Amino acid sequence: MTGNLMTRDPTNSFQDMILALHDFWSANGCLILQPYDMRMGAGTFHPATTLRALGPEPWNAAFVQPCRRPTDGRYGENPNRLQHYYQYQVILKPSPANLQELYLQSLGVIGIDPLKHDIRFVEDDWESPTLGAWGLGWEVWCDGMEVTQFTYFQQMGGYDCKPVAGELTYGLERLAMYIQGVDNVYDLNFDGRGVSYGDVFLENEKQMSTWNFEVADTEALFDLFRKAVAECQNCLTAKLPLPAYEQAIEASHIFNLLQARGVISVQERASYMGQVRDLARGSCQVYMAKNADRWAQAFPEWSA
Amino acid sequence: MTDFLLELRCEEIPARMHKGARADLEKLFHAQMDAAGVSLGEITVWSTPRRLALIARGLPQQTEAVSEEAKGPPEGAPDQAIDGFCRKNGVTRDQLELRDVKGRPTWFAVINKPGKAVRDVLADAIPAIIRSFPWPKSMRWGAASLSTESLRWVRPLSGIVAILGDQLVECEVDGVTSGYATMGHRFHHSGPITIGGADDYAEKLRACHVVVDHAEREAIIRSGAAKAAADAGLGLVEDEGLVVENAGLTEWPVPLLGRFEEDFLEVPPETIQLTARVNQKYFVCEQDGKLANAFICTANIDAADGGAAIVDGNRKVLAARLSDARFFWDVDRKKTLVEHAKGLERITFHEKLGTVADKVERVAKLAEWLASEGIVPNCDPALARQAAELCKADLVSEMVGEFPELQGLMGGYYARAEGLPDAVADAIRDHYKPVGQGDDVPTEPVTVTVSLADKLDTLVGFFQIDEKPTGSKDPFALRRASLGILRLILENGLRTSVRDLVNAAEQSGRPNVGEDVASFFLERLKVQQRDAGIRHDMIDAVASVETGGDNVRMVKRVAALQAFMATEDGTNLLAGYKRAANILKKEDWHGIEGEIAHTGEEDPLALVDNPDMKAVIAAKMAERRSSSLSYTPEPAEQALIEALDHAEPGAEAAIKAEDFAAAMAALASLRAPIDAFFDDVTVNDEDREKRASRLNLLDRFRNAVQRVADFSRIEG
Repeated sequence: MTGNLMTRDPTNSFQDMILALHDFWSANGCLILQPYDMRMGAGTFHPATTLRALGPEPWNAAFVQPCRRPTDGRYGENPNRLQHYYQYQVILKPSPANLQELYLQSLGVIGIDPLKHDIRFVEDDWESPTLGAWGLGWEVWCDGMEVTQFTYFQQMGGYDCKPVAGELTYGLERLAMYIQGVDNVYDLNFDGRGVSYGDVFLENEKQMSTWNFEVADTEALFDLFRKAVAECQNCLTAKLPLPAYEQAIEASHIFNLLQARGVISVQERASYMGQVRDLARGSCQVYMAKNADRWAQAFPEWSA
Repeated sequence: MTDFLLELRCEEIPARMHKGARADLEKLFHAQMDAAGVSLGEITVWSTPRRLALIARGLPQQTEAVSEEAKGPPEGAPDQAIDGFCRKNGVTRDQLELRDVKGRPTWFAVINKPGKAVRDVLADAIPAIIRSFPWPKSMRWGAASLSTESLRWVRPLSGIVAILGDQLVECEVDGVTSGYATMGHRFHHSGPITIGGADDYAEKLRACHVVVDHAEREAIIRSGAAKAAADAGLGLVEDEGLVVENAGLTEWPVPLLGRFEEDFLEVPPETIQLTARVNQKYFVCEQDGKLANAFICTANIDAADGGAAIVDGNRKVLAARLSDARFFWDVDRKKTLVEHAKGLERITFHEKLGTVADKVERVAKLAEWLASEGIVPNCDPALARQAAELCKADLVSEMVGEFPELQGLMGGYYARAEGLPDAVADAIRDHYKPVGQGDDVPTEPVTVTVSLADKLDTLVGFFQIDEKPTGSKDPFALRRASLGILRLILENGLRTSVRDLVNAAEQSGRPNVGEDVASFFLERLKVQQRDAGIRHDMIDAVASVETGGDNVRMVKRVAALQAFMATEDGTNLLAGYKRAANILKKEDWHGIEGEIAHTGEEDPLALVDNPDMKAVIAAKMAERRSSSLSYTPEPAEQALIEALDHAEPGAEAAIKAEDFAAAMAALASLRAPIDAFFDDVTVNDEDREKRASRLNLLDRFRNAVQRVADFSRIEG
C-alpha cells in the first residue's frame, strides 16, 4: 500500500489535523515530543510543561498528551464528554512577542478561516492549586466554542516564572468536531478514510467508564495513593526531582479515580488535594535546587 | 493650543476591566499634567479589547515659566548648612541673595524654572502612567521577564501611539517605543496604519474595521440586537450588562440571530437564559411573554457569508450547553428531593456548625415551631417542616452544581415536578429571599416560615460560635441575614419578640447570645429605617421603652413619634420636656416616689411592661393624685394637673391599643399647659411645700412623656 505523503486533509481527518499542527510548530522551532507515558488529567502535567517552565533556559516544545478525567466519563453516551481525550500542548519559553499571531496561523493550517469564523480571546485566567501554578490569558473562542486555552505562566510550583512561558492547549476533539462539522465526537473521521473516532475509542469509553465508576478496587486505589506519596517522598529525599514528579502525577490520577468512585468525602477532598500539591511543589523545589547553580552561571541576570 | 492623542495597544484586555481602565487612564493623565502645570481642555477616553485611547484637547505647546523662592539658613550659619541648601536647590553660593527676615539677614535662593515643551512633559508622563497603571491583575511576559522587575501590564503591551498636534512624542517603555503606527482589526486589516493625530484617529481606525469609541459599539449592539429580534418577529430580552460585555469583546460588533431546537424549551427557561448569558454571552428573545427558541450572539467580524457559519457554529455550542442542561434536568428528576437531601450529609456547612444536613434539621425544627406557635399565622406546621427539610436538597443536584445561581429555583421546579404541594415548592424556590435590599419579601406563610427559620439559624449559629461581623468584614453575610429577618417580620407584620426567636434558634450547649443578637438587630433596624427616612434617635427613644423585642410594634411607634416630632406641638413639647428634666436634674429631685426614682438619664420606665411594677406605679400615681394640695394652685398649675389627669390614662390606653398616633395626640394636649406653667408659675417658690409640689408636678409631666417615648434620647 502506498500513499501520497504530501496530501493531508486536516478538515476531514483527525490524524491529519494533528500532523498539520506538528508540521506547523516544528517549522516554528518546537521540539515535537511524544506523549508522556503516564496517566494524567491535563497536558500541563507533562514534565515538558511543568518542570521545563521553571528556570531561565529557553524551551520550545509541542506534543499530544492523552488526558484522563475519570469523572467526565459518560459510558460513551454523551456526544461531547469523554473520560479519555487528547490535548495538543505547545510550550514556548520565553513567550514570543508574536505568540497570538503564531497561534492564529496554526488555526489557519488546520482549516479555520478567521474571516468566516469568529475567533475571540475571552478572559480566562488559569490556576492550578495542585501545581502551585497560575497564569493570565484567555480561552479562545471559535464561533462561541472554547477551542484553546492560552496562558502566560506567571508561577509554577510556587516559583515566579523567569522568564514567562506561553502555553497553548488545544482541545483536539472539539476542534476536529468543529472543523469536520460533526455533532458527535464518535462520528469524527479519524484517518480521512472512514475509520471513525468511535471505531477507535467507543468501546474504551464504555469499559473505562464502568471501571472508573463501578469496578475499580477502592482499597487498592487508596493503597496506591499512599504508596505514591511515600515513593515521592523517598525520591525527594534522594534529590531526584524527575522520579519524584512522576509519583506526584501518579498520586494525582489515583485521587481522580477515587473521586470518580465517590469514596472521598468533601471534608477529605481538601486534604488529598493538599497532599498532591505538596508532592508537586516538593518536586519543583528539588528541581530548582538541583539546577539553580548551573542556571545562575549561564544566566547572570537570573535568580531563583 | 494643540491636541494630543495617546493609544496604548496590547493583547486582549478582559472586558470587565475596560471601564475601570478608562477612568484610571484619565485620572493618571490628569495627575501627570497637573503636576507639570499643563492646562487641559476636554479629555476623551476610549477602549477596545486591544487598545486604550485618550485624546486631550487644547494643550499648550509650552508650560509657563515659573520663578520660585526658597528660604535658607540665616547669614553666618555654618558652611555645611549653606552648602546643603545650595545642593538641594541646584544653585551655587554666589547665586544666593540676602534678605531681611524679621530683622535677621537670611539667605534666599531664587529658582527660575523655564517653561517646558509640553511634548517633553508628555514624553516623561507616558512611561510614568504605564508603569503605575493600577490593573486589577497584571502580568509579565517575553524575554524581559527573566527578571521580575520587568514591566507589568494587563496582557503584553505591544504598541504606543503618542502624537501632539502632528508631532510624535518620543518615548519608550521596556522596549516598546512610541510611533505613528497602529493596527486595525485583527482579521479585517493586516499591516500597520499610520495615524496623523487626534483628529484622524477614530476615522482611520473605522476605515480599518475598528470602532474605537466603546459607547458607539454599545449603541451598535443595543440597536442591532433589537433589530435582529424584531426582524424575526421577536422581542429582545434587554440586558445592559451583556451590551457592555460584548462591546468589550469586539472592535467591530455584528449582532446575529440564531435559533435553537424548540424541544429545549421544555427545560426551565431560567436555565436557558443563564447558560446563554453566562457561558456564551448571548442575548435571548421572547415572544408573547415567553422565552423564544432564539439567541443573539455578537460577532467581531463582518463575515463573508453574512455570518451563516458563525450562527451555525454558535447554535451547535448552545445546543451542547442546552443538552447538558436537559441532561441535568432529566437526571435530577430521577431522584426525589428527599433522596437528593441525603447528599447534604456530605457537605460541610461550617466546621463548627456541622453539615448542611445538620443545618436543615435545625431549620426544619425551627420552621415547625414558628408555624405551630402561630408566629407566622396561617402556616401549616407539617408543610413548613416538609419545605424546610427539602429547601437545600437542590444544592446537590447536577443543575445547581453547574449553575449555582439557580439554587432554590431548581428545587422549586423539582418539587413541582414530583407533585409536592405548591406551598412547599414555592417555599423551596423563594426561601433565600429577600436577597438584597431591592428584593421582594416573601408573603406566602410557608415561604415566610422557612425563610425566617433558615436565616435565624444562620445568624444565631454564627453568633454562638463567635463569628460576628466586624467592621467591613462579614464573611457569612450575617448583616444581610438579619436585614432579611427584619424585613420578613416587618413586611408581614409578624408579632413576635426577637428574644423568643433567638431562644428558639439557639443550639443547646452553646453560649446564650440573646443580648448580642438583640443589639445587632437594633443596629440593623436603624440602618434599614434610615433608608426609609427614620432617624436613629427616634429609634433609640422608642427602643428604650419598647423592650419586648416586637419589631412591628416598635416601628409603628417610631413612625408615630417621628411624625409627631415633625409638628410644632412635638418640638415645643420636647423643649418643655428638656426644661422640666433640666430643672429636676439641677434640683436633684427624685420625686415622691422614692423607691422608683427616675433621673431621666437612665431608662426610667424600663420596667413599665413588667405587670408587677405596673401595679406599683399605678398605686403611687393614684396616691399622689388623691393627695390634695395644702395651698391653692395657680391657674396654670391647676391646668397642668388637669391636663395630666386626662393625658396619662389617654396615652396609656392608646399605647395598649397600639394607637401610637393617639398616644402622641395625648402628649400634644400637654404642650399648651406646660408652656403656660413655665410662663406663669415659679417652681422654686420660697414655700417649701409649693416647691416640692411643683417639682413633683414636673416629675409627673416628665414621666408621662417618657411613657410614650424616651425624649431624653431625641436630638435637637
